[in-house]
Amino acid sequence: MNYKKVLSLKNLSKSFGRIVANQDVSLDLYQGEILALLGENGAGKTTLMNMLFGHYIPDSGHIEVADETGHFSELTLGNPQGAIAAGIGMVHQHFTLAENLDAVDNITLGAEPLRSLRRNRSKAEKKIQYLIDNSGLSAPLNIPVGRLTVGERQRVEILKALYRNVRILVLDEPTAVLTPQEADTLFENIAAMAADSLSVIFISHKLREVLAFSHRISVLRLGKNVGEIDTSEADEQKIASLMVGTKTSHPERMVTSVGSPVLRLENLSIAGRGRRDSLKNINLTVFSGEILGVAGVSGNGQAPLAGLISGMLRPEAGQIILDNQEVKQINPAEMIAKRVGRIPEDRHRDGIVGSMSVAENLIIEGLNEKKFQNYGMLKRENISKHAEALLTDYDVRGPGSAAPAQLLSGGNIQKLILARVFHEKPLLILANQPTRGLDMGAAADVAHRLIEARDRGAGIILISEDLDEILRLADRILVMHDGAFVETETRDRAELGLLMAGQAA
Amino acid sequence: MIRIEARDTQSLAWNLGLPVISATLALLLAAIPLTLAGAPIGESYFYMFMGVFGSKFAFSEMLTRATPLIFTGLAAALAFRAKLWNIGAEGQLYLGAMAAAAIGTGVFDVSGIILIPTIIVFGCAAGAIGMIVPAALKIRFDADEVVTTLLLNFIIVIFLQYMLEGPLKDPMGLGWPQSSPIMDQGMLPKVMERMRIHYGIFIALLCAAVAQFMLIRSVWGFKLRAVGENMHAARHAGLPINSSLLTVAAISGALAGLAGVSEVAGLKGYLTADLSPGFGYTGIVVAMLAGLSPAGVVIAALFIASVFVGADSMSRAMGVSSYLADLVVSAALLCVLLGGFLTKYKIISVASQSGSSR
Repeated sequence: MNYKKVLSLKNLSKSFGRIVANQDVSLDLYQGEILALLGENGAGKTTLMNMLFGHYIPDSGHIEVADETGHFSELTLGNPQGAIAAGIGMVHQHFTLAENLDAVDNITLGAEPLRSLRRNRSKAEKKIQYLIDNSGLSAPLNIPVGRLTVGERQRVEILKALYRNVRILVLDEPTAVLTPQEADTLFENIAAMAADSLSVIFISHKLREVLAFSHRISVLRLGKNVGEIDTSEADEQKIASLMVGTKTSHPERMVTSVGSPVLRLENLSIAGRGRRDSLKNINLTVFSGEILGVAGVSGNGQAPLAGLISGMLRPEAGQIILDNQEVKQINPAEMIAKRVGRIPEDRHRDGIVGSMSVAENLIIEGLNEKKFQNYGMLKRENISKHAEALLTDYDVRGPGSAAPAQLLSGGNIQKLILARVFHEKPLLILANQPTRGLDMGAAADVAHRLIEARDRGAGIILISEDLDEILRLADRILVMHDGAFVETETRDRAELGLLMAGQAA
Repeated sequence: MIRIEARDTQSLAWNLGLPVISATLALLLAAIPLTLAGAPIGESYFYMFMGVFGSKFAFSEMLTRATPLIFTGLAAALAFRAKLWNIGAEGQLYLGAMAAAAIGTGVFDVSGIILIPTIIVFGCAAGAIGMIVPAALKIRFDADEVVTTLLLNFIIVIFLQYMLEGPLKDPMGLGWPQSSPIMDQGMLPKVMERMRIHYGIFIALLCAAVAQFMLIRSVWGFKLRAVGENMHAARHAGLPINSSLLTVAAISGALAGLAGVSEVAGLKGYLTADLSPGFGYTGIVVAMLAGLSPAGVVIAALFIASVFVGADSMSRAMGVSSYLADLVVSAALLCVLLGGFLTKYKIISVASQSGSSR
């Protein structure tokens, strides 16, 4: 690695109202370096990167970027165009794709002059294909992005940045949706590109990949720099304690006795629009007192499986048997009434009504309870008492029960949903990507709650693309591929990865 | 270059001062065409003010004008809260008006205590049907309600013209396309002698109060807000989306229908095809100005009615074209909407920001 500096963030501070997101943060990036930016949710990583990319204007501090010749100049703040012109590309945690356009259009969007009437699509496709061949990031190019899986959309996002000839690439949690093999491939390609003088900053929570693929680690805590170490000198304990200030421990998985079946799916089929929307004649039994881990690459039937168990989708064929009774009416209200707790994959979209209060979001599934209403009128006192109790029990932090739920951070929104679901002591819990995008503290909290519910006797279906999480928590593992299940005893990452890719071990 | 950013906090002083600043700015803007028309500014605005606050009569005229706007404003506000885009309040107003004319002109010769509520119920029902149909088409066939409600307005007006030339035509009307007069006992009582203001204003205020209360405090309002603000989460939480949409459609249509009832059986006494100078459409503006809050609808309706009535009065007193009144109204609306935008967002000059950080 050479030691030519390409980017320097100097004493950046940014606050939102009274909340200080970044305080006097400085960061240097060298050419060809892979820098991991670590920190808990709310530590200010994304804010910092958004200032770099011009989405936010820092309250103070400045940013210097080197051009191709190594000459440093100050970046105009608050101007994404300037950041792009300076060779900075960013791949956001929340996708910024136009769902009705295909991948080619999304990738070229904004990279072409507005004035020209004709677009040279074939030339663009050629360049994208070249990037795909070099990076291994494949995605269908000619169907609307809205129909791609989360994983594929992320690949499109990365391609979009690469298409703009970036010299500095920022990745906000890039591997959250990839299989271990895909993640490894991605990092291998990033490493190759880094060797070819691309400089990379990536934000991640996965210590394993941070340790395996970064050159240097910079840790933020509560908006401040708290440490910087060369990866060669770091280990998991060291960086974890830097992140949270104390040592953390993963919950221990204890073998418990398994009870009676709580959910049976019999010969269920859903014929969706495409492969990713279909289930092919699946059979599944979930027992009380177990966590069943469903591993797999996104787009292999997890979405219809979750849709089915949440009551959002109806099967074309087959039966759902809950607690030894066939469910005839399949809809969300019926599933809630049958004591199925659902933790949705997209918590912002399906989990909360952002503009309604925290207290209202906590009772949205229990509106019919006598406790909360009387002759159609809300009992506001009970509702806010209920909220206060749950906020304390589940350690939901934020501006209080009367504030809009959208003011909570991602981790606290998930805690709100956990409080709503677990409070009802459900028989069956569907946890779909319950820790995606959460910091270590919040993720550990989710894991504790799942184990607690399991020990109480609930049956839990844990759908996750984070194989480490499944290996840590699941008592039994199923791999989904192409709308069907493969049950497996193995706990070997490589073998599971092969099953996820559809190659029978 | 400038950028627009959401304000982190909205200052109270700014929120309170803004309507005043917007109104002043609107008057300044409207002064340009007034000057061009040759009217002295100070005097013009004096007459405009006096046209609303100058006498008991002037003030009662303003309230009379605000009455249908409160109804149609509420109709739009409630539907919009559920993201049900009811652009058809104008048509629903006429449906209500037709029901009032059909019931109130002699079909039932009963006392007012029975007749008035009957007229109101049928007027509400007619308006409600006018919105339930587009909502049902939306639910069943995914038909865009903006298109269906908008087009229904024209269909209903043509139907109204047919009714006024046919079944509802006044035999004593010397051939004019108008309905028979509403029977005396079917008319809403006047609030004051020799003024046009009638009990419709109280019904409107009551509706606004009930709507505000139900929206915030009832389970129905909870579901409505959830469905409107995040349909996905509402469905995931098992809330009944379709029945929420249908009930709010019925209530929205009924409120618009009430506007028609109140104009026919409160103000005019008979039905003509020019009963409403676009109250249904102005109701949308009222609702947007009110931020879709039922309580805010009352204030917005009073404001718009004041501008209309005041500007009308000014144009008469100064002998300038009555189109100037429309200009004043438009300028006022633009300024208030822009002002409302500025309370929520701030405009930053980026160049000066980066310059200062150097």
